[in-house]
Amino acid sequence: MSNFDFSVLFGGKAGDGIRQLGQLWARLLARRGLRVFLYDDYPSLIRGGHNFTVVRAAEFPVLAHRERVDLLVALNAFTLEKHRRTLAERNVVLFDSSTFEAPGIGVPWSGIVKDLSAPPITRNTAALASAARILGLPFEELAETLRRDLPKATEVNLEVARKSYELTPPPPGRTLPRSEGTVWPTLFGNEALALGAVAAGLRFYVAYPMTPASSILHYFARHGETLGVTTIHPENEIAAILCAMGAACAGKPAMVGTSGGGFALMVEALSLAGQAEIPIVVVECQRPGPSTGVPTYTMQADLDFVLSAGHGEFPRVVLAPGDAAQAFHLAALALKLAWHYQIPVLLLSDKHLSESLFNQELPLVEVPRVSFKSWNGEREYRRYAVTGDGISPLAFPGDPRAVVKVTSYEHDSYGITTEEPEDIVRMQDKRLRKVRGLREELDRPEMVAVEGDGERALCVWGSTRGAALEVARKLGLRYVQPLVLEPFPETTLRKALRGVRHLVVAETNATGQLARRLEAHGFPVEEVLLRYDGRPFTVEDLERRLYGVSP
Amino acid sequence: MSLRSEKDPLKTYAEITWCPGCGNFGILTAVKTVLKELLVRDELHRVVLVSGIGCHAKIVDYLAVNSFYSIHGRVLPVAWGLKMARPELLVIGHAGDGDAYGEGLAHLIFAAKRNLDLTFVVHNNSVYGLTTGQFTPTSPKGFKGRSTPKGSPESPLNPVELMLASGATFVARGYAGRPRHLAELLRQAFAHRGFAFVDVLQPCYTFFNTYDFYNKHVREIGPEHDPKDFESAMHLARRWAYTYEAEEIPIGIFYRVSRPLYEEAVRVPEREPDLAAHLERHHR
Repeated sequence: MSNFDFSVLFGGKAGDGIRQLGQLWARLLARRGLRVFLYDDYPSLIRGGHNFTVVRAAEFPVLAHRERVDLLVALNAFTLEKHRRTLAERNVVLFDSSTFEAPGIGVPWSGIVKDLSAPPITRNTAALASAARILGLPFEELAETLRRDLPKATEVNLEVARKSYELTPPPPGRTLPRSEGTVWPTLFGNEALALGAVAAGLRFYVAYPMTPASSILHYFARHGETLGVTTIHPENEIAAILCAMGAACAGKPAMVGTSGGGFALMVEALSLAGQAEIPIVVVECQRPGPSTGVPTYTMQADLDFVLSAGHGEFPRVVLAPGDAAQAFHLAALALKLAWHYQIPVLLLSDKHLSESLFNQELPLVEVPRVSFKSWNGEREYRRYAVTGDGISPLAFPGDPRAVVKVTSYEHDSYGITTEEPEDIVRMQDKRLRKVRGLREELDRPEMVAVEGDGERALCVWGSTRGAALEVARKLGLRYVQPLVLEPFPETTLRKALRGVRHLVVAETNATGQLARRLEAHGFPVEEVLLRYDGRPFTVEDLERRLYGVSP
Repeated sequence: MSLRSEKDPLKTYAEITWCPGCGNFGILTAVKTVLKELLVRDELHRVVLVSGIGCHAKIVDYLAVNSFYSIHGRVLPVAWGLKMARPELLVIGHAGDGDAYGEGLAHLIFAAKRNLDLTFVVHNNSVYGLTTGQFTPTSPKGFKGRSTPKGSPESPLNPVELMLASGATFVARGYAGRPRHLAELLRQAFAHRGFAFVDVLQPCYTFFNTYDFYNKHVREIGPEHDPKDFESAMHLARRWAYTYEAEEIPIGIFYRVSRPLYEEAVRVPEREPDLAAHLERHHR
């Protein structure tokens, strides 16, 4: 059956291992050849509270989660109370019968863990085994995933899993299909983004921890050795970006990552990158603001901020991926553009993209690579040589033939300070000339994702892609998503929106920042659907709102 | 036109705009003395000067060597990145006292804590020069500046003591009025493997002229001091607390020890990773 579409919600309190449980489930199903998507919802605390993870699996590609779930796996009573209304008709509830009573199928997970003297955290493995059993998954498949993904304490987890599997009743209804097709890679948005930068030639990642960007730092810290990326956790975000820029000036592609508050601290250095023409990629994983806002939830509210961050006027690029494959590709493109044009490039992500698990092939073969206009060694080196396209050839300190002078001050072509009016204009013009090349390169069909040709169009950016694409397909709307937001791909969008009579914009912020940008470029927007409760659009949510929109 | 002046291969065509009598001239002379030796050894291309913002920072315009004219307080993270990316570089930071001890203080403490392999030279004149005379972290209590007309209510910071406490492996103080002595300090600092900190007493002729005071009180540290002895380095550092009252101001090397380098623990070898294999192993 090709319409198999099954969602499981795992819920409990922080410290119950809900995230790991969801991840194991997602990988288990992905290895069956199913397509999965994982959404993780957790408050900003370490123990207690309410965490839940939704894993949707289907026989077709999925990029979003649904509100209605088919199986609810409750590690505590609160999960049942909170999510009962989201259950579909033919649903199943699995719960820990050692700790509470509820309608549904109880398995004594805590009891199993206690009997086997296993660590309390392995209760999540017990729950995983019950879910596997109730959907008819062979034990050996589960065991293989535990062996692969839980290299620590594998034996005790296997024991817990076996016992729980035995105590869970066989499937009452639907069982999980197995697909003979490809097993697609599973990646969190941040992991895909990290690998994209590596594919382009990244050598340095420097970041101060901040949710939801921290997992990029963790990933590089863990895999930096094999990926050839030196990973640094400095004293603050200010040091992070300047350290990365120092590395870039020595010829090494470097990237930093943070969220809005950390980016606020980096703005001083962003302006320096603009003046000194330093290639740098900044990943800004948005979360709800202002200020500390809601640290572990999602929002697309920093577009206006990144577009104009930094004093003075200088060219920049803002890219906004919407899924793992786009994150991979755009991270590589970001590094390529930063080096080709010697400018700061911003990758605008958010919690929903960063921390959701995608199941997609990455475009490994068509990845953009870092390259730059290199100094040919003739005549005396001028770091800021004035050229027709505004791009000066690069040499690096250590080259015996060149004296490389990089500067935050306005300067002449050698990099010596100047305050002469003609020099100021000449240099500003040189830097801004790069915009012409950037427009040519980025106002292109591949920088605006389009699907369908309806007269009603749904336009979104970033992580709203998943829910929007699915709803657009279902309702026969034209789907339009600019991947680049600066320079704004005006000509391409005009083509993409040709024949559209009714343009709807959906984004997760309170004022409609993309909608405003579209209107500023002369695209009339009929409706703006906004969600700003820190949660992403679900498929159902967006569908409901679109029905509310007059055709 | 050429970056280098015809007469002096270390000099650029930039016109020097420091006030006559500025302590920065003494520092420039000392730096040039050591750079000239590197030029003779054909190693000058390994040098990168990083400066902040302030009168001190103009030094990068006056020397025909690689440089990064950074922003206020941000000399050290830039220097750090350069050194991490290319360990063969000889990275020398220059900063003012407002720059190093005000805006950039966190970076300074961490640079010392990490033992980055850099030299950091502070042009310490205890006054903001380029912003026309406000008090700084090392101005004496009661200093009458444009932001403290009734006298600074704060006591000065003792950067030598601070750097010793932060774990710097080379701590020295020089005086711009003794460029020969300063050149020797810089020579030792550049040669040090690890974080070399040099606080240079640098009179500001226009806003805080301390030449007479320093000429009277500065005393070179003699061979009786053992620079490996932390306690006696600390004792020496506390002899003068930047109060502009003391009898004697020690200059020279306070402390010098060897510790493992940060970069050796952190830097990973460059490689072209096999992404397909990585995906297979960790993501499928």
